[in-house]
Parts: sequence; structure tokens; C-alpha cells
Amino acid sequence: MSHIVTLEKLNKYFGSLHVLQEIDLAVDPGEVVVIIGASGSGKSTLIRCVNGLESYENGTMVVDGHEIAPRGRSPKALAAVRQEVGMVFQQFNLFPHRTVLGNITLAPVKVKGMTEAEAGESARRLLDRVGIGNQAEKYPSQLSGGQQQRVAIARALAMEPRLMLFDEPTSALDPEMIGEVLDVMRELAREGMTMLVVTHEMGFAREVADRVIYIHEGRIVEQGRPDAVFDSPQNERTQAFLSRVLKH
Amino acid sequence: MDLTFQFNWHAAIASIPYLLKGVPYTLLISFGGLAIGFVIGIFFGLLSINPLRVFRWPGVSYIEIFRGTPVLVQVLFIFYGLPQVLGGPINALTAGIAAIALNSGAYISEIVRGAVQSIDRGQREAGVSLGLSRSQTFWYVIWPQAFRRMIPPLGNQAIVSIKDTSLFSVIGVGELVRQGQVYIATTFTALEVYLMVAVMYLIITLSLSFCLRLLERRGLVGQ
Repeated sequence: MSHIVTLEKLNKYFGSLHVLQEIDLAVDPGEVVVIIGASGSGKSTLIRCVNGLESYENGTMVVDGHEIAPRGRSPKALAAVRQEVGMVFQQFNLFPHRTVLGNITLAPVKVKGMTEAEAGESARRLLDRVGIGNQAEKYPSQLSGGQQQRVAIARALAMEPRLMLFDEPTSALDPEMIGEVLDVMRELAREGMTMLVVTHEMGFAREVADRVIYIHEGRIVEQGRPDAVFDSPQNERTQAFLSRVLKH
Repeated sequence: MDLTFQFNWHAAIASIPYLLKGVPYTLLISFGGLAIGFVIGIFFGLLSINPLRVFRWPGVSYIEIFRGTPVLVQVLFIFYGLPQVLGGPINALTAGIAAIALNSGAYISEIVRGAVQSIDRGQREAGVSLGLSRSQTFWYVIWPQAFRRMIPPLGNQAIVSIKDTSLFSVIGVGELVRQGQVYIATTFTALEVYLMVAVMYLIITLSLSFCLRLLERRGLVGQ
């Protein structure tokens, strides 16, 4: 099987709340999949399942060849998956006690066993790539939100992931900083990174996504190429959602 | 009120060299006890937030027992009570250090627990999603941040424990208060001597507050 992520009949509950219902999803290497939906629809929970930040109750999940069992029962496979899957959070979650460089080098040094020098060198290359090569020695609190999120992307890329998860990466940003983060993501997509993105940025979804998935109350109700989903949605729930978010 | 009372400066000053002999004991008991208490505090503090109940239970019990009983009772128990079990006397200094260690350890456990739990959940998520193991995430990501938050309450606890050592005059450790009592027994200048004792505690605690403020200012860089 060539899929990098395969979910079959995946179900997740928060107590009695059935937050993910019978999710089937297969992502090919190099594919950019954007997940949209109202808040509370389960879209963030879905991508958090992919690297095990949330466990699921039943179904099957295979990520990069590792089968992840329900209820967090395969910690070894999960550890392997987390080294191959990068994640970018809405709130950045940078380590405030470490410099920008220290944020990026931590995992390569501790997990991959790179030397500080090697890790530092590759961290500086990544910082150049996300356009903040001159901020390496600063602490996260000294950077703007947009810069912090770009550091977070560089930090995830430092582990050379095969898949990147983005959980509403621009939702906590001031409007004028959204563009700089989306530019970095656009560039990543162009370079062939496999990406699973939860976002409210419909313009980005339309332009960058290979596939758009609409989730409603824990179910995938519609998916397809962006122009198909945005211009002629088949499901009435998708139509209602899009008419609300695309109205200006 | 005795209006003819005259503060005897000479007696106050004359007591200083004698009282100073108690200072090393006060410092040794408090800082020795606090150092061990810190290790105990980390251990039981982390136990008390373990997701598994079997680990949590001993952590919580230790904290409740040693926080819920007076340090004076604890030291009396150790100094007079334990020898009955051990079959030999316990050195008063050892008993004092042990009492401070066990007592401050309970409070420090709570400080450790509170600081660790105050760290945003996103920090742990970021650590594990980078491939760090749970323990790597704890020691490289959570602990350094939690430790910075512990410094002010730890300073507070140190001041409390330093003052608690004054109770150990009852088991005859030659600490500050004990030295004062012995001196007063021959000179009958209680007011002067206890004032000097109080001043010495104040010098110790104020120096500590000052150092902590410096540390806090430096430690908070990049927070």
C-alpha cells in the first residue's frame, strides 16, 4: 500500500459524545489535504489522532507503515510515527525557556542523536528557509506571532518528517501575519511535502490543496478537488457551511 | 511598667559572639534539611501527579501526614521516639535536619506539583509530537519551565524552615535560640539577647530574600 495515512472506520468518543464517526481517509505521499468544517466538528481531533495526541476507540489507523492500535495500545509504533510526523499547533507551543535555535535543535539532538553543531547548522538552514535566519539567538517571546509560527514549522521540519500536520496554524495570528505563515506552507507544499491541514483559510485551501474534506459533526460529508467542493458542493450541509464562511 | 528600665546595650553587644556560635547550626539544620527536602519534594511531588493511583497514593499520603502535623511534634518524635525502635540515641543535629527535611519535603512536594501542573498542556504535546519520549519531554521541556516557577515559593519555604529550626532548642541543638537561652541563664538579660537573636534571624532571612530576588530577575530571562 502506498498511502502514507490510512484510516478505516475510525471512531472516537469523548465520553458519550461521538466526535469522530466512521472516518475513512487515505492520504497519498505528496498530497495536500485540507480539512474544513465548523468549530467543534471534530476536524482538529481527527488530525490529532494521526500522531496519537488523541487516541481513538475503534477502527484501524496506519501511518507511514506503522499500525496504531485503538486506545493508545501501541506506544512503540506511536513513538516511531511521532518521529516521522511533524505537527504545527494553533498556539505555536514553542518552548519559552529555549532560544529559537534551542527549540529547533532539541529533538534532532535528543531523538536522532545529532551533535549540537550538526543540528545547529541544519536549524540555521531551516530558519533561512522560513525567512527568519537572523532570529536564531532570540527567545520566542521576543518574536511576533507570525515569526513564532514559522519557528514552529522549522522545528517540526528539523526532524525531516514525511508528513506534516497543521492544526489551525493561522487562527491565533493577527491578520497581517497570516500571509507570511501561509507563504511558508505554500512553499512546503510546492516542494512535495505531504500535508494534512485544518484551517479556516479558504483561499489557501482553494489554491494549495489537492483535496478538500468537509467534516460535519464528526463525519466526512464531502470531499474532492477544491474547485469542485468550493464551486459546486453536493451536500447541503457543505453548501450551508460554505455560504456562511465565503460570504463577504 | 518599669519606667526605670534601661536597655543594656553592653549586654546586647556582649552576647553577639556567643550567639554567633549558634548561627552555623541554624544554617546547617535549615539548609541541610532543605536540600534533602528538595530531593524528597521532587520525588513525592512527581509521585502525587502520577496518572496511576498506586503511585499517587503514597505521594499524597506523605504530603498530608507531614504537612498536617507540627514540625515540633515531628522532631520530638524523631529525637525521643525513634531511639526506642532503633535501640540507640539519635544525634540532636541529625534529628533536626531530618525533621526539616521531612517537613519541608511535604511542602516542597506541593510546590513541585503545582509548578509542573501549571505548565501549559501544549508544551507536552509539542514535545511528544517532535518524537521526544515522555521522560525526555518532562526533563527537557516541562521541568526547566516548572523549576523557574518554583523559585519564589521555594524561597518562601526556605524562610519558613529557617525560622522553624528555632523550635529545635527543645532537643538541645546549639542553634541560635538555644545559645540565647544559655546565655540568658547566666546574665538575665532576656530582652537584649532575644532582640539580638531576632536580628540574626532577620539578617539570615533578608539575605536569602535578596539572593532570591536576584535569581528571579536572572532566571526569568526568556520566560
